[in-house]
Amino acid sequence: MPETIAFYVFSAIAIGASALVIGQRNPMHSVLLLIASFGALAGLYIQLDAPFVAVAQIIIYAGAIMVLFLFVVMLLNAPQEDAAEWDRTHPLRQGVLARFGSLLALLLVVELVWALLGTSDVDRPVGEQAGAAGSVRALGKVLFTEYVFPFEATSVLILVAMVGAVVLARRESDES
Amino acid sequence: MIPLGHYLFVSAVLFAIGTAGVFLRRNLITILLSIEIMLNAVNLTFVAFGRQLGGFDGQIIVFFVMTVAAAEAAVGLAIVIALYRHRESLNPDAFTALKW
Repeated sequence: MPETIAFYVFSAIAIGASALVIGQRNPMHSVLLLIASFGALAGLYIQLDAPFVAVAQIIIYAGAIMVLFLFVVMLLNAPQEDAAEWDRTHPLRQGVLARFGSLLALLLVVELVWALLGTSDVDRPVGEQAGAAGSVRALGKVLFTEYVFPFEATSVLILVAMVGAVVLARRESDES
Repeated sequence: MIPLGHYLFVSAVLFAIGTAGVFLRRNLITILLSIEIMLNAVNLTFVAFGRQLGGFDGQIIVFFVMTVAAAEAAVGLAIVIALYRHRESLNPDAFTALKW
């Protein structure tokens, strides 16, 4: 029973915080709310017996990526959408185009729910067949044997992303 | 125990929120945040299915998704900074130089 309560609490936090991220005018608040959402998702991962993913979620997402976002928001001096602009572009006061966007998002919800209802076997509780899924040691073993090539490829990806970020964000005056 | 469908439902709602954010918001940073929400929704699906089916494949895919998300955030934010230097704006409607 505590499991069920924890699931609903974490899910509610994740969904509520994500919805608020979309609704905020100040990007700073959006980023902080998204960190709350990621924390709740880490709780869900722990419930799913994936401690490595939960910790990586906190360290990489909440720790590294969101700090990067916060840094950029501060660097750009928090360019929040001004009130007039907000009123003009707010979805509820918006013309056909944004209504079309919300319609597409709603259609996506309908389609996903329809797909979920049509899928068999979703009512089976997760983790009925107990495996050793929670063991970080075994996960590391699989990662460094079976998946060692993709793992090394990600190091090249990160190097390229790093060089790309430096080149893109460089001031133009340095080039001459 | 929680049924698998519940996790999938949470994931679907999160993905729809992210999609709505990309469609509706007119701020480049918020749009990037919405993309992160969508990536996380997919991660939740991977972990839930991985737990259901046993084995580590789901968790390992999530590890790679996180790596790609980090690279994407770094490059995307660098582009945002470069765009902001040029136009003093984060509204995607301001960047129409390539629009026919």
